[in-house]
Amino acid sequence: MPRNMTASTIKLATTSDDHHIAKMAAVALGLTVLENGFPSPLPGVKPGLANIITLIVLARYGWRAAVWVSLLRVVAGSLLFGNFLAPGFLLSLSGALFSLAVLAVSMHLPQRWFGAVTHSILAAFAHIAGQMMVVYLWLIPHSGIAYLIPIFATAALVFGTVNGLIAARFMDNDGKPDMERQA
Amino acid sequence: MNSYEPFRSSIKAGDWLTLLLGCTFVTLLTLKLWNGELADRAIIRSGGKIFKEVPLSRDLQIEVPGPLGTSIITIEKRKARITSDPSPRQYCVRQGWLQQAGEIAICLPNEVSVELTGSAKKYDSLNY
Repeated sequence: MPRNMTASTIKLATTSDDHHIAKMAAVALGLTVLENGFPSPLPGVKPGLANIITLIVLARYGWRAAVWVSLLRVVAGSLLFGNFLAPGFLLSLSGALFSLAVLAVSMHLPQRWFGAVTHSILAAFAHIAGQMMVVYLWLIPHSGIAYLIPIFATAALVFGTVNGLIAARFMDNDGKPDMERQA
Repeated sequence: MNSYEPFRSSIKAGDWLTLLLGCTFVTLLTLKLWNGELADRAIIRSGGKIFKEVPLSRDLQIEVPGPLGTSIITIEKRKARITSDPSPRQYCVRQGWLQQAGEIAICLPNEVSVELTGSAKKYDSLNY
């Protein structure tokens, strides 16, 4: 290929879905940065506000989009905080992957009875379960960490419920819920 | 109830079920992991060696000899304590009744200790 001295821009063909995903991931990232400003009583106990976005994306655009948004947020967040591939990043990643796996199943619960709150609680439990597993298998292979599980589980329940409520409220507000929006 | 109105439509019937199950799960988890099981045996050591191993089901008093004198261990109502000890600071006596598996009272000067065990040995919170 001949050298070209004129400035050229690389243009990727993007779809409107890509734009939605990018926007939502950016909002999720903003929430991640925001909540990092709050002090935490125990490392690992965080509200996980970005998961509100994951829940909304899941309801509006489906599971694949939720995976994109969630993983983009984890990777971009780690770049922002400078812990890419560090233990903190791998813990976030494992939590996100476990949550997404559970959401893949729970999204098939009848929508008539189960809403964002259910998905949020289940995903929060999956998140902490995945993280504790990685902590045990890799970082602290000592059964003493079992002592911390009730604290994490309580936090997961509380924050899972709160995040689910916020997500559900957002989706209530814009009238028609969910899947129909997907063009 | 009006203040709950904004949220009522957001919570569906199944969500309440999930919330309830979640609360139950966390409660059971906490009880299981934080409330050590009740002990059923006491291991009494003297000078680092096991002096006697007794079940907690029978009430009794045991006199254990040590380098400073005799320590008296009492077992009563499935609990155990060191009732009397010649050590100067009386830490092990003041520790009072032991009830849960994994609990331990140690009289260092007299080299006497009582450790409670359950059916399964719990993790050691001293080492942790």
